[in-house]
Amino acid sequence: MSELRLDTVSVGTLKEVSLQVGSGAVVCISGASGSGKSRLLRAVADLEPHDGRVYLDDTEQGSLPAHEWRKRVVMIPADSQWWFDEVGAHFAEDARHTMPEALGFPPGVMDWAVSRLSSGERQRLALWRALAMAPEALLLDEPTANLDEDMTAAVEAWLLDEIRRRNLAVLWVAHDQGQIRRVANHHYRISGSQLEWVNGSH
Amino acid sequence: MEVIDLAWWKLGLAALLVLALAGVSLWARLGITRSLLIASARTGIQLALIGLVLEALFASARLYWIALLATVMLLVAGREVMARQQRRLRGIWAFGIGTGAMFVSSFAVTVLALTVIIGPSPWYAPQYAIPLLGMMLGNTMTGVALSLDRLNESVWHQRAVIENRLMLGQTWRQAVEDIRKDAMRGGMMPSINAMAAAGIVSLPGMMTGQILAGSPPAVAVKYQILVMLIITVGTGFGALMAVSWGSRRLFDERERLRLDRLVKVGK
Repeated sequence: MSELRLDTVSVGTLKEVSLQVGSGAVVCISGASGSGKSRLLRAVADLEPHDGRVYLDDTEQGSLPAHEWRKRVVMIPADSQWWFDEVGAHFAEDARHTMPEALGFPPGVMDWAVSRLSSGERQRLALWRALAMAPEALLLDEPTANLDEDMTAAVEAWLLDEIRRRNLAVLWVAHDQGQIRRVANHHYRISGSQLEWVNGSH
Repeated sequence: MEVIDLAWWKLGLAALLVLALAGVSLWARLGITRSLLIASARTGIQLALIGLVLEALFASARLYWIALLATVMLLVAGREVMARQQRRLRGIWAFGIGTGAMFVSSFAVTVLALTVIIGPSPWYAPQYAIPLLGMMLGNTMTGVALSLDRLNESVWHQRAVIENRLMLGQTWRQAVEDIRKDAMRGGMMPSINAMAAAGIVSLPGMMTGQILAGSPPAVAVKYQILVMLIITVGTGFGALMAVSWGSRRLFDERERLRLDRLVKVGK
């Protein structure tokens, strides 16, 4: 039940970005490659030095130890990383047995070797790995970039369902206009050093 | 037993052999002739100079002269540690961390060995202090350099993994835990291997030297065991400190991976 608020955040070429993401709401950010979408997410996750403030409700980013902040505001990068040999080692015990069906994996996936995963499979597993941590806000960097059309629709629907059910505040970097129409409560586009509001329901 | 002194002109004979090797490598275009000659000349000059320094030092045996020589040795070793890292921390850190780790470990272990184990009088007697410290520094230097190089290189290559682990709420320690272990192992392996091979595969140089100088092998062997043990201890603690200080510096107070603090040099 938390609201994510950016107050005059500056990182890289982006200057003084302010926006709010309500609990259970999705704010999409689009922009040309290299415009600083990912860096903005990284600043919100406090992975990069930046100016301005970020709040989760009344909690300011700097008031928590960085790893505590990142447990509550989890970023999922476009290219997820896997450092153990087996899939299951990356998950907490209970998360191994509660893998959602919508992600389209057979029951044995936790025993698979990471090396046999396709990029799409990694992407879907990374979503579950992050959600299973029970965060309050999600930072998604093109979460369906490596998925085919059917899988994109399924993952999108599942994500939206989880977002509403868990009341997550979500910043979602996307480039596909169709996807933005389907998932976004608000849509901002990066233009130069500013964030430009495109549309959305107030 | 009297030690046979070597006349300088006899060393010239050995130098002639080096020249022969240089000639062959020039003919075979190995491309190492230049560095071979320079290194041989450096060996001759550096060791001749240190011989003079040691002669003077042994004659005076004052603590401040010994401390001065020890400081110079430490600083040179610190510079060497820095030079052996392909990616190093910016600013004073690369030198500071390596030198600091070597200072704490080498000096502490050497002083301990001198005062508690060997017990010459005075405890800083140069005949014991300087060779012991020299061997400690030489090996600690290798260990610290190897472990820091491994640390920085692995962090650089695995930056995406480290950041992904941070994104999932891990502390910076958890995120580099494997790399730290690996770097420490890398720094300590040479001394562990040397201990394992000692006496069977290799006759350690110090012991050999002592025997050449007329010591009974039984005594030389005891010194060699002592030296290998304390070298391993010094190298281990040195690598441990260097890796923990070095990895701390790669993250800032917000546990962000700060690769901008690394700079690549050479090659």
